[in-house]
Amino acid sequence: MYLANSSRLRKPNNRFARNFLPPLLLILFLMAIWQLVADRGGLSSFILPSPLEVALAAWETRDLLLPAIGTTMVETLIGLVIATLLGFAIAAAIDLSATIRRAVYPILVASQTVQILAIAPLLIIWFGFGLLPKVFIVVLICFFPLALNTSDGLASADPEQVNLLRAMNAKRGQIWRMVRLPSALPAFFTGLRIAVTYSVVGATIAEWVGGTGGLGLYMLRSKNALATDQVFVAIVITSAISIGLFFLVYLIERLALPWYHTQARGEAWETT
Amino acid sequence: MIPKLELRNLSKSFQTNGRNIEALSGISLQVDAGEFVTLVGPSGSGKSTLFNLIAGLLEPDKGEVWLDGQLQRERTGNFGYMPQRDLLFPWRSVTDNVAIPLELVGVNRGAARERAQEMLVHFGLEEFGGSYPSALSGGMRQRAALLRTILTEQDVLLLDEPFGALDALTRRELQDWLLEVWQEYSKTLFFITHDVEEALYLSDRVVVLSARPGHIVEILNVNLPRPRRPGMIARPDFGQQAAVLLKALGIRD
Repeated sequence: MYLANSSRLRKPNNRFARNFLPPLLLILFLMAIWQLVADRGGLSSFILPSPLEVALAAWETRDLLLPAIGTTMVETLIGLVIATLLGFAIAAAIDLSATIRRAVYPILVASQTVQILAIAPLLIIWFGFGLLPKVFIVVLICFFPLALNTSDGLASADPEQVNLLRAMNAKRGQIWRMVRLPSALPAFFTGLRIAVTYSVVGATIAEWVGGTGGLGLYMLRSKNALATDQVFVAIVITSAISIGLFFLVYLIERLALPWYHTQARGEAWETT
Repeated sequence: MIPKLELRNLSKSFQTNGRNIEALSGISLQVDAGEFVTLVGPSGSGKSTLFNLIAGLLEPDKGEVWLDGQLQRERTGNFGYMPQRDLLFPWRSVTDNVAIPLELVGVNRGAARERAQEMLVHFGLEEFGGSYPSALSGGMRQRAALLRTILTEQDVLLLDEPFGALDALTRRELQDWLLEVWQEYSKTLFFITHDVEEALYLSDRVVVLSARPGHIVEILNVNLPRPRRPGMIARPDFGQQAAVLLKALGIRD
C-alpha cells in the first residue's frame, strides 16, 4: 500500500526524469569514457576516433551524408511497409487454414537460413543496382518476425471467447475479426518492433554489396579511404535511425492499444 | 402446453487419454416458458457440459434438444449462453462488448452502440459504458455480461454459475437484481450453481445432478412465495428444502 501510494505521488512530476534520465546519463557516461580513452589512451585517431572527431567528420561530409540518409530511409520504409503487409498476410493465411500452415511453415523458416551476404550479390546480378534488391533484402529480413509473432498472437486467442461467439451463431469471419485479430495485435507490434530494428541494417548491407548511394555505400567508401571517423559516423546514424523507428512504433502501439498498455500492467511489476 | 425447452435423454461421453469418460447419462427435463430452473450438482457432474450441449457447442452422443416444440439440430444462436467467466473482451469498451450480439446479426455499429447505451442506462451501468472491462469490479462485469446475454434476444438464457466468483454481499445484490431482470424481460432461465441456498432463493424448481456420470437424482418444486425477499432464508421451510437438496447431493447432517 505504501509503495503503491508513493509511486503514484512521484509519477506525474518526474515522468520525464524517470523515463529518459537513466539512458541519457548512461550514454553520456559511456561517451565520456570513449572520449577519455581516445584522448589519453595513446591510440591514433585512425584506430579510435574520439566522439568529437566523429561529430566533426559528420559535419564536414554533410553534403554526402544527407542524401545518403534519404536513400537509406526510402529503401528501409518501402521494405518495412511491404514486409508488414506480407508478414501479416502470411500470418492470417496460416491462421485460417491448417493446410496452408503445413505447406508454408517450413519455407518460412528456410527463408531465414538464407545467407544475406551470399544472396545480396545474386540479387544485384538479377535486379541491377537500383532500389529493388535493397527493398528485397529488407523485406526478407523483416517479414519473418512479423509473420511469426502475428501467427503466434492469432493462435493465442482465448478458446472460450471463440465459443462465446460460436454460441451466438457468429460466422467464422466474424469470430476472426472480433476475437482472433484483436488478440494478436500486441504480438504483431512486438514483431514490428523487432522488424524495424533489423530493417536499417538490412538496407545498409544491401547498399554495401552493390549500391549507388545510401549509408552503406558511404560506409564502404569511408572504409576504403581508411576514414575511420566517417565509418563511425555511419554506424551512429544507422543506429539513430533504428532507434527512431523503434520509438515511433512504440508510440503507435501505445495509441493503438490503450486497453493493453494500462497503467496497472506496468506498475504492478515496478512496485513489486 | 408445449414446454419451452425440452431435453430428451441426453447423454455425452468424452475420450481422454484413451479412456472413455461418461459425463452425462440420460438427462430428460422439461422447462416451461418463464420458468426459473436451477441445476445443482457436485463438481464434474457435467453441468457445464449440459449447457454446452443445449447451446450447440457440443453434440450429444444420444438424445435431443427441443425448443418451442421444435427439434433443434443446428441450434447455435437459439439460446442466450453466459459461461462462468464473464469473457468481456478487454479491447472493447463496455458499451461495445454489450453490443456484440447486435453487431453479429448485422445491426450497424452506430445503431448497435446506441441500443447498448440505452440498455446500460437501464442496468445502472451508464457511467462505465466508455471504460474498458479491466476498470470494472467483478459484480459490474457480471452485470455487463448478463446484459450482453439479454441482447441476444433469445427467450431461454443459460447462465452457468454467473455469481460463483463474487463475494457474498455482491452476490446477494446480484441475485435480487437477476430476479428483477427475469421478471421484467419474462425470460426462461436455466441456471447453474454450487450453492444450495442460491438455488432455492432464485428458482421455481431445482434439479439435482449426481456425480459422474451426471444424471438427475431429484427435482424439487421450491415452495416459497414470490417476490423473494432476503429474509426468506431464515424461514423453517427454507431450511427443510435445503436439507432435501443436500441429501440428494449426498451430504448428510
